Amino acid sequence: MKPVTVITGRAVPLDRSDVDTDQIIPSDWLKRVERTGFGAGLFAEWRDDRDFILNNQDFVGANILVAGHNFGTGSSREHAVWALLDYGFEAVVSSQFADIFHNNSILQGLLPVTVSQQVDRALLDAVQADPTLELTIDVARGTIEAPAAGITATFSLDEFTRERLLNGWDEIGLSLRHEADIDKFEARRPDWLPTTV
Amino acid sequence: MSRSSSGPRTLADKVWDAHVVHATEGEPDLLFIDLHLVHEVTSPQAFDAIRLAGRSVRRPDLTLATADHNVPTIDINKPLVDRVSAKQLEVLSSNCAEFGIICYPMGHDNQGIVHIIGPEQGLTQPGMTIVCGDSHTSTHGAFGALAFGIGTSEVEHVLATQTLPEQRPETMAVNIEGELPPGVTAKDIVLAVIGKIGTGGGMGHVIEFRGAAIRALSMEGRMTVCNMSIEGGARAGMVAPDQTTFDYLERRPHAPKGADWGDAVEYWRSLPTDEGATFDKEVHLDATTLMPYVTWGTNPAQVVPIDGAVPDPSSLAGAEDRDAAARALDYMGLTSGTPIREIVVDTVFLGSCTNSRIEDLRAAAAVLDGRRIRFGLRAIAVPGSRRVKDQAEAEGLDKIFTTSGFEWREPGCSMCLAMNPDKLAPGERCASTSNRNFEGRQGRGGRTHLVSPAVAAATAVAGHFATPEDLDR
Ligand code: SF4
Repeated sequence: MKPVTVITGRAVPLDRSDVDTDQIIPSDWLKRVERTGFGAGLFAEWRDDRDFILNNQDFVGANILVAGHNFGTGSSREHAVWALLDYGFEAVVSSQFADIFHNNSILQGLLPVTVSQQVDRALLDAVQADPTLELTIDVARGTIEAPAAGITATFSLDEFTRERLLNGWDEIGLSLRHEADIDKFEARRPDWLPTTV
Repeated sequence: MSRSSSGPRTLADKVWDAHVVHATEGEPDLLFIDLHLVHEVTSPQAFDAIRLAGRSVRRPDLTLATADHNVPTIDINKPLVDRVSAKQLEVLSSNCAEFGIICYPMGHDNQGIVHIIGPEQGLTQPGMTIVCGDSHTSTHGAFGALAFGIGTSEVEHVLATQTLPEQRPETMAVNIEGELPPGVTAKDIVLAVIGKIGTGGGMGHVIEFRGAAIRALSMEGRMTVCNMSIEGGARAGMVAPDQTTFDYLERRPHAPKGADWGDAVEYWRSLPTDEGATFDKEVHLDATTLMPYVTWGTNPAQVVPIDGAVPDPSSLAGAEDRDAAARALDYMGLTSGTPIREIVVDTVFLGSCTNSRIEDLRAAAAVLDGRRIRFGLRAIAVPGSRRVKDQAEAEGLDKIFTTSGFEWREPGCSMCLAMNPDKLAPGERCASTSNRNFEGRQGRGGRTHLVSPAVAAATAVAGHFATPEDLDR
């Protein structure tokens, strides 16, 4: 994974709460065995509606998605994260993320930015009012700022996650540092535990 | 990181503590995974990455694969019409062959929905850690296992290391005291819980379902409840193991045998939450007040008793809830104030990892016996696994279904997520025993109402939402 440090750019306001991963990438798209090319399927059903926000020319090229409360609920499909990345998003802002989506995002280097509901609302309103508004998200400082709209806020990340993002550490590599511990653990598991064979 | 290795502990904490391979202050715990379930949809990219990195699968003997999400439920002996799905199924089989993983492909005696076959094979046991690239892995928590859904990167991680780095979750007790009224089922319990806590209410938590109403449930019922804990946003759902659990497991193919059985049961008896252990959150529900529920919206928390009516968005408290409700009613083609019983359905789907076990089929068949489904209505019954299908046929349930007008299908996920040809058409309204009523979940533009198997069957007969008792009125 490549390091995630500072993300600067314009945002798309997706003013909906409880956006589930079935909406982010509908199940028809899950039949593919590749990891790329999912951007075309991002919000595929909602994009059929001409008025859907991603169809608004003002927001073309934006790299930050500002969404409502409780984003990424439902299915564990990592395809949702691949679709957002493939479409060109580098960060998603919400006042709450579903656990599995949050995990998947961090592992793929899509930055989930959790802000308070007030800040989320203020950002949604500000980008709706001004599609050219520039946002800066700084992982090391844990800040999200839109100076032209007078918005400065912090977001929390646990220190370990922050280090992982800043350094682009390979998660499997990190676990394999403890291979000797895994060997030891396996040696003391009870015999009666099931195997699939 | 070991928050509670001394003093009274919860069930979740005990299972967690027993699986920590490595702990460092300020880092997630590295957890050992006892069982990794794999299916065709969330695994191909993980196997690719393993190959690309020159890694191997550490414990094929703790890994099991099955084909469920894509498989058609008719004509399974013919080549698949959908070539993209066919390719994905082939890739699952070839990946499993390459890495030495047991796989139950379409048509195999043990094939079925991944969360149905783990328990029925006796692979799901108390105190285990179980993961799968599927959010409804929470189902296995019914046995007192810590079981949760993961993404494809984590599937790759478990394949390569048989471990996962995880932050210790918070714990939440959902206490359901008292006895359920007749006609109220496990599905209704969990719909009531989600209606109460909301779709994000369990976030970051492992829920332990407790209380007399849970103790009284069969394993099938407990699985239904734990299955949907993810719909309340929870990381996992659990029920403490007890005699009901042991009776279900004994003599299953992968259950401990002989002297091992005694050792296992002794360990399992040590797992329930200790007296005096505290939970980070507690929720209480009185089982005697529960009713059959029907969802009216596009998330599982948008739910009312079948005696109720479609709500008025303006009556809801928060602005976000009002907007969401208004959008949901528009999508669902419903008008505020319409009594739920007056809503007419086009299709009934009996199936999914929530409600496709033998007990669910029996409950529906009991309602359908001697009755016909409404003329013009489409109803399909999809058993959760080949074993469930065989058992249902041995009991003659298939005859009851087909005589009533239901189609009797081959096992798989089917219309739960419509990746196979079983789909709703735009605007088609469905009473479904599955777990998600999201927009487009059962087919683009399709309208899903979540219900129990008994209500699904009664609704198929009446043509509108109904309980079995309504049919005798
Ligand atoms: S039945 Fe539905 S919810 Fe269950 S595993 Fe299959 S698709 Fe997922």
